[in-house]
Amino acid sequence: MSRRVLIDLLCLATFALLPLLASWLHEPFLVSLFTRLAIYGMAAASLDLLIGYGAMISFGHAAFFGLGGYVVGVIGFHTSQAMPLWGWEGSSSALIVWPLSLLVCALFALVVGYLSLRTSGVQFIMITLAFGQMLYFVLSSLSLYGGDDGILLNERNTLPGLDLENPVQFYYLCLGLLVAWLLFCRRLVNSRFGYVLRGLKQSERRSISLGLHPLRYRLSAFVIAGVGGGLAGILWANYAMFVSPDMGAWHKSGELMAMVILGGVGTLIGPVLGAAVYLGLEQVLSLWTEHWLLIFGPLLLVVVLFGKKGLYGLLLSPWPRWRKPPVPNAPPAIANSEVRS
Amino acid sequence: MLLLEQILNGLQYSALLFLLASGLTLIFGIMGVINLAHGAFYMVGAFCAAYTASLSGSFWLAGLAAVIGSALYGLLIETSIMRRLYARDHLDQVLATLAVVFFTNELITVLFGRSPPAMPTPEWYGTFVEVLPGLMYPVSRLLFIAAGALVAIAMWLLINHTRLGMLIRAGADDHEMVGALGVNIARLYTLVFVFGCVLCGLAGFMAAPLLSVEIGMGEKVLITTFVVIVVGGVGSVRGALAGALLIGMVDGLGRAYIPQLLDQLLPAEVSGTLSGGLISASAYIVMAVVLLVRPRGLLPARA
Repeated sequence: MSRRVLIDLLCLATFALLPLLASWLHEPFLVSLFTRLAIYGMAAASLDLLIGYGAMISFGHAAFFGLGGYVVGVIGFHTSQAMPLWGWEGSSSALIVWPLSLLVCALFALVVGYLSLRTSGVQFIMITLAFGQMLYFVLSSLSLYGGDDGILLNERNTLPGLDLENPVQFYYLCLGLLVAWLLFCRRLVNSRFGYVLRGLKQSERRSISLGLHPLRYRLSAFVIAGVGGGLAGILWANYAMFVSPDMGAWHKSGELMAMVILGGVGTLIGPVLGAAVYLGLEQVLSLWTEHWLLIFGPLLLVVVLFGKKGLYGLLLSPWPRWRKPPVPNAPPAIANSEVRS
Repeated sequence: MLLLEQILNGLQYSALLFLLASGLTLIFGIMGVINLAHGAFYMVGAFCAAYTASLSGSFWLAGLAAVIGSALYGLLIETSIMRRLYARDHLDQVLATLAVVFFTNELITVLFGRSPPAMPTPEWYGTFVEVLPGLMYPVSRLLFIAAGALVAIAMWLLINHTRLGMLIRAGADDHEMVGALGVNIARLYTLVFVFGCVLCGLAGFMAAPLLSVEIGMGEKVLITTFVVIVVGGVGSVRGALAGALLIGMVDGLGRAYIPQLLDQLLPAEVSGTLSGGLISASAYIVMAVVLLVRPRGLLPARA
């Protein structure tokens, strides 16, 4: 069994056995914390699909997180207030609300992606940021839905066979969806589609001359990632029973990026670890001091400046870690220059 | 009258945006680094100004403190962190500078507290002058516009008519070649970065009495500043000026006319909520439109 599989299984086992541990330690709070980790992990992994495999550095990924949550929030609001939404009296069934929310996210991603992908590089970073902020301001201006304060939900959505109000059952739902999402993403990046995406990352020109249409692949990836972010937002709305425009604010996008980097770009599982470490550190440091960012900021800096492949890469790197690995089959320098000339 | 007053308000906002955007665009154009921490220097400037003014009571001393404070902090950050980032990819830069933002916000909170002292201003600062017959306008805002205009002229002179400006232009074109010709490129980078921070300090000083001095004030304006430089064309100071004027005007006029326009088009309860969001989002809408028509901005640095 390779180390990679071992690490993945270890992570899965930790997540799966956590409720037992929590009840054994009489710390029900742990289940709540790990639900958060799973939700953010899903959002970060979907962002990794863009950053790590498509070389699309989206600075507006939190927009999908916020939008997915808001659709749940708005439908919940109308349902509980008995206020028909365009003639529809609403529903609290997850089987109706969630696909609807995902559809909205997919459509939003389609529009934003189509427009943003006309640019690249720093302009792409900025235009995704701009679309994210646009959504943020629109959400904060919805005074019917609480404006800046957001919407408090009365109940979670219902799912046949599961009691989502039960924290442990809700946790297992989140975990199940996270694992399913990760498996789907892994299949995706190892499919032909994934290889095209990675080829585009390495050399766009070469891919085009092979007859590939970059926009089609990138846009599909953007929409898929948007749906992943939206699903995480849906789960968050149900977890916190509260949505606010802050879910889509730019610092949330920054946090998601930090999780991806912290865990390891282009590893899918890494960002989940990154989310766990990010939120765990936030939890621990903020218990310790109110000014936890004073420690967290430099810590993040060190990881960015000196950590090459993130946590996941560190776990996979050969022992002992402090020794530089030998460069495999480095060609002699002379041969290299001969090839160029 | 309303139109003229809104144009002046827009100009004042443009001046703030230009002070921040011109430094940021130079830093991006020459070092190729996306600096999310640029707003942090603006905040440092504003806090230094407010603190010095409340201690000494001197308005101009506060300005000096703001400029020196943000220049020194900029020097510290550049030599310790930024210069390691120039060769990295954008993702690393975004994250590292985000970390600097986190750190600076907390540092300022620890040093000055959450609410800084209100900035005392001299008497003339709060007075109004008659700009045109029937239009009274506050001196404070006129001063802001004048500062923006002066900096624009000074930068034009600096970049086009001095040796340093020549090096800056050359550095933006091909920094490796400039280094190969014997220019100390690391020092040029430091100089440009600190220069950007000085402009931030100036902006912070000008804004401290007018806008609220608070933690996170940098991020708020920084995002709009990024919009400005992307609209104008990344790396181009002329573009930054054009972008700042465009975004400032859209904001100033939008605030006055969007509510009126929507009131006529839509029922009252819808338009009231929508116009607030539309005003805030207007800069981003302009940016999206500009990028769709000209993906490299209005006045890109290199054709």
